[in-house]
Amino acid sequence: MVEILEHELVPEHIILSKREARKLLANLNIKPEQLPWIKDSDPIVQIIGAKPGDIIKVIRKSPTAGTHVAYRYVIEKGREK
Amino acid sequence: MSLRVPKRISAIEFGILSPDEIRKMSVARIFTPDTYNEDGTPIESGLMDPRLGTIEPGQRCGTCGNRMGECPGHFGHIELARPVIHVGFAKIINRILKCICRVCSRVLLPQDVINQYLKRIRENMDKWPILAQEISEEVAKKVANVKQCPHCGAEQYKIRFEKPTTFYEETPEGLRRLTPVEIRDRFERIPDDDCYLLGIHPKRARPEWMILTVLPVPPIAVRPSITLESGVRSEDDLTHKLVDILRINSRLQENIEAGAPQIIIDDLWELLQYHVITYFDNEVSGIPPARHRSGRVLRTLSQRLKGKEGRFRGNLSGKRVDFSARTVISPDPNLSINEVGVPEFVAKILTVPEKVTEWNIEELKMLVKRGPDQYPGANYIIRTDGRRIDLRFVKDREAIAESLEPGYIVERHLRDGDIVLFNRQPSLHRMSIMAHEVKVLPYRTFRLHLCVCPPYNADFDGDEMNLHVPQSEEARAEARILMRVQNQILSPRYGGPIIGAIQDYITSAYLLTRKDALFTKDDVCQLLTVAGYKGDLPEPAIKKPVKLWTGKQIFSLLLPKGINISFRANICRGCREGCKETDCPYDAYVVIRDGKLLCGSIDEKGIGAFVPNSVLHRITKDHGYDAAREFLDKLGKMLIEHISRKGFTMGLDDVEIPSEIIEKIQKILSEAEERVNELIRDYEEGRLERLPGKTLEETLELKIMEVLQEARDKAGEIAVEYLGEELNNAAVIMAETGARGGKLNITQMAACLGQQSIRGERIKRGYRDRVLPHFRREYGLSAGARGFVFSSYRRGLNPIEFFFHAAGGREGLVDTAVRTSISGYMQRRLINALQDIKVEYDSTVRTADGQIVQFRYGEDGIDPMKSDHGSAVNVDAILEKVLPQLLDEIVPERRKVDEDVIKRLEALEREGVLPKSLIDKLRDLASRVGISKEHFETLLKEVTKYYNLAQVEPGEAVGTVAAQSIGEPGTQMTLRTFHFAGVRELNVTLGLPRLIEIVDARRNPSTPTMTVYLEESYRTDEKKAREVARNIEMTKVESIADDIRMDLTNECVVILVNEHLLENRGLTIDEVAKKLSRIKDVQVEVRDNFIIVTPKTPEARSITALQKLVEKVRSYHLKGIKNITRVVISKKMRDGEVEYVLETEGSNLDEVLRVPGVDKRRTKTNNIHEIAEVLGIEAARAAIIEEAMGVLREQGLDVDVRHIMLVADIMTATGEIRQIGRHGISGEKPSVLARAAFEVTVKQLLDASARGEVDKLQGVIENIIIGQEIPLGTGMLELFMTPLVKKSGGE
Repeated sequence: MVEILEHELVPEHIILSKREARKLLANLNIKPEQLPWIKDSDPIVQIIGAKPGDIIKVIRKSPTAGTHVAYRYVIEKGREK
Repeated sequence: MSLRVPKRISAIEFGILSPDEIRKMSVARIFTPDTYNEDGTPIESGLMDPRLGTIEPGQRCGTCGNRMGECPGHFGHIELARPVIHVGFAKIINRILKCICRVCSRVLLPQDVINQYLKRIRENMDKWPILAQEISEEVAKKVANVKQCPHCGAEQYKIRFEKPTTFYEETPEGLRRLTPVEIRDRFERIPDDDCYLLGIHPKRARPEWMILTVLPVPPIAVRPSITLESGVRSEDDLTHKLVDILRINSRLQENIEAGAPQIIIDDLWELLQYHVITYFDNEVSGIPPARHRSGRVLRTLSQRLKGKEGRFRGNLSGKRVDFSARTVISPDPNLSINEVGVPEFVAKILTVPEKVTEWNIEELKMLVKRGPDQYPGANYIIRTDGRRIDLRFVKDREAIAESLEPGYIVERHLRDGDIVLFNRQPSLHRMSIMAHEVKVLPYRTFRLHLCVCPPYNADFDGDEMNLHVPQSEEARAEARILMRVQNQILSPRYGGPIIGAIQDYITSAYLLTRKDALFTKDDVCQLLTVAGYKGDLPEPAIKKPVKLWTGKQIFSLLLPKGINISFRANICRGCREGCKETDCPYDAYVVIRDGKLLCGSIDEKGIGAFVPNSVLHRITKDHGYDAAREFLDKLGKMLIEHISRKGFTMGLDDVEIPSEIIEKIQKILSEAEERVNELIRDYEEGRLERLPGKTLEETLELKIMEVLQEARDKAGEIAVEYLGEELNNAAVIMAETGARGGKLNITQMAACLGQQSIRGERIKRGYRDRVLPHFRREYGLSAGARGFVFSSYRRGLNPIEFFFHAAGGREGLVDTAVRTSISGYMQRRLINALQDIKVEYDSTVRTADGQIVQFRYGEDGIDPMKSDHGSAVNVDAILEKVLPQLLDEIVPERRKVDEDVIKRLEALEREGVLPKSLIDKLRDLASRVGISKEHFETLLKEVTKYYNLAQVEPGEAVGTVAAQSIGEPGTQMTLRTFHFAGVRELNVTLGLPRLIEIVDARRNPSTPTMTVYLEESYRTDEKKAREVARNIEMTKVESIADDIRMDLTNECVVILVNEHLLENRGLTIDEVAKKLSRIKDVQVEVRDNFIIVTPKTPEARSITALQKLVEKVRSYHLKGIKNITRVVISKKMRDGEVEYVLETEGSNLDEVLRVPGVDKRRTKTNNIHEIAEVLGIEAARAAIIEEAMGVLREQGLDVDVRHIMLVADIMTATGEIRQIGRHGISGEKPSVLARAAFEVTVKQLLDASARGEVDKLQGVIENIIIGQEIPLGTGMLELFMTPLVKKSGGE
């Protein structure tokens, strides 16, 4: 159901381009696995068509800061515990 | 002592000892089971051989020549006559055996598959521990059915494992026992590479080492003997066990050499195996535990390590320490909040190691001369060569004193001003341990200032507290700078003060600042002197006929300048027509301008301990901790003096009510009683109307309780009204000001106790139809018979009322007791899971191994302690401070904002330095005040400054603080659900049990509930709402049938359908029949309002089959969504309008969202897992936060979101929901030691050894266990300092 993207609890998920992803990792000086993970079987991941290895930008409403940007690394299910 | 540079341990590698290693490290081969000789000397080659170490002080070790303090103990070894299986590795041995060829010992997979795995392993070596687990499981599964070895072609037999150590091989000839020798042989042949596939690290833990050929013997220090007072020497349990092993081993050896029959050898071998098993673990299931002669079970190796009192939790993560003290505490208002009163005799024992320098040498010499018995003195001197001199035994202290040189250390008595750590258990908070300055006092109790009681949760009914003396300069510095009481005034739990006025302080403050509180010069001077005020007196408020000052004036003298605040005091009655503010007739509106109390009385809301946004809070934030401390110290002393002079007390008279009022109360109560009896009559005569969703009895009870509750409340109101006329009544004063007690207490003392309850219901247990035999059965349901107490405490309870009161009261006590252990466990799990989480220097929040949990703490980077009750910055307060002139121009409506200001705001948003919420606040403020660009800049500058000041510091142990901030209030939560005395249709888990459900990530909550919102067109239409409800609610056959029966004569099942119910659910009888016809092999027929279900096959017509069919039919799903057992329609407010909302018992988010009419945007459930599956992990994270905050809020507990956000973030960090406990976050920690210290100790260690795991010591507990600095907070940095060297000839 595409409409779950509209649900109150679901924030905006955007796939980062390869360049943006590289920039992010460089800025934070981390390897992608060090980001919080999101599974490839996650309903939102399936809808936006992200693949394992992609980095997703999540823009959420925050009770403290108003808006907050976070990132998640797409993980293949089962691997990488 | 020469400078020994301590080395830092960077990692610990686990593995299994090989027989060679064991022999190499052994200093003695042990043969004899005997320990000591006739004359008491230890026997050579016996278990107490001196080469193994010493326990006698003064005796030198045989091997290293050290004395008892220095000798670390040395291992010996026992050569086993026959190899024996190490019971701890049994499971692993089993797994390996199953994966290995019985002939060539290669893994039972084709070579290419093996190579694939090897490749995968080599690439991911850094993730070895988890990999090992995964791969070994995969391989085990694949190998399960392999019959032939792909490498050598040999046939494989099944391996059967019997606890605890026996292995059988199922050969075609029968079951064959596999001896340890055979297993070892097979293992020896396994090539190194294959080991990896088995989850074993070949270099550190070769599988054959899991079968013991040599047994290491622990040094004597590990198993010391005890000499009882009778002179008899008692050996340690381990020694006993070793003796057993030794004995059997010798016998076995002898028998083998003497060529005894196989059976004897096998028997002895079994026995040896038993002893070795029991030596390692005496709690193995399936075998009898080894016992001492007295019958008590032996405590062997595994037991020594395991939980709470075991090595890890009881001796490593936490230990008994030196330089500590514990006594009873007593109050002392004359101390500063920062101080602790230490008894002199304690100060003489606890010492501080002070290094002698040219600046303190004279003073220290004095102390040494005075010696250990005179206070203040010294107990020890430590010379530069490391020699310790006990001043108790020195003959000439003068001489010793003179011999002092810089570089020596003097262990001197504790004295005033020293910093110590003061603590009260349970330590739920970080404020349960705070640093205090010592004040040495006579007598034998620790003394503390009363305002500091709340953070410790201490009262003086016999409580004891602990004191620790930091021994190094660094420790003292850390304590003084970070842990001082005044630095802990603000609690990180909700961003408000936790130290402040309590009880009598509040009463006194109120009495002082009341409108009618006037004082003569004498009074004023007395009060101010006690407070330590040094300054001028203001002009008295009243000049004629006598100079009088108001209490408010006196109070104002203690307030620092520049404080501006206004709020409603606790005594505020909440005038319904709107607060009259400054004109409040009760003097309940407090206004303070520039440090002067202009109007209003000060009570709990002003200076109380738990009040955010109080005067105290404002002072702390605006003027700092020192000012706050001074304020409290001075105010405290003054308030005590004031109330002592005034005299305040409460007596029986204070709850006395005149007879007219008593009559009124009686009337109310008897009317209520009559009403209750009416209800009972209605019920008995069938007139009572049933409430939806409840049985008749439930409805009756609900109504009765409602009536009685109302009656009690009304009675209370009358009493309070009479008593509280003038606020001259002590009880009322205390209740209204928030000092102690509340309306309920006064009601119960003066008017009526009310209904006692057990589990939310009236007392029902007892005799048939009645609780006590004192009532006749006809009256068993009446008010008084079921626990309603009519009397007040003052009047006294009659025996029956007393009985009921005791019963109800008992429930509370039990609840508290049970709650403590449950909440304690939750706190422990939270702390354990979160303790490694810290703020890094790049402002991200990470775990021990560098995983990012949050990109910015709390999404805005603000430290909850530094926040203003949750918001980053208090913009209004800043405005008051910087631009007070604009205050009067604030209007509630929005006005036009200056162009430049708008542009500035937009620029700020783009910059992204300040969070959007703050920018929005500024925007809102700007629109309500006519603010110019310049003014805005000024404001912005201040706001930014405060925003930056409120940021979290890198290094902050955010995880621990979050865990504590959630765990500590857990102790205050209700353990049960029953707060709904009124009509409540749905029953949801609340309080502590629910919080635990959330934290445990329970798959199916105990009361799954959905809140289904409806789409636009359905929202306001009740009929449509009902339709959707019907569609969702799961309807089974039983809900539309009056009867479902077996018809034996016709061999079928008959359903008598109830038309009314059918209609209710929106079904027709034919529809039902059609649905039922889907059951396999049945024929369905409709006859009038009967449905006949006939099985087609003859077997299905038997009685048992028919019975089953009845059940199947009964619960057959007809309509609606599975799991949704009940749907209730309720109304909610939305933007001022009413909308219909469905509330569900049962949850099925996926299906419900598909139902037409359902609002797919807002519908939610309390089942977190469903949300994760349907809406994604981010949604689940948000849901966790919402649910948890809801629980806390409902319980009335104030906890900053940021803590919950951290927990939610860590729970969702891996893309799925992990629980806090050992099956989740705690269990997946990379550190072996951390896992071992949490739960299931021994297994963790054994598995880690087999895998050859390396613990990189990146987390908190690991470092605590080995005694190193923690990689958090102060331990996150190194301080380098170039000392100032005195150059020759001056600097």
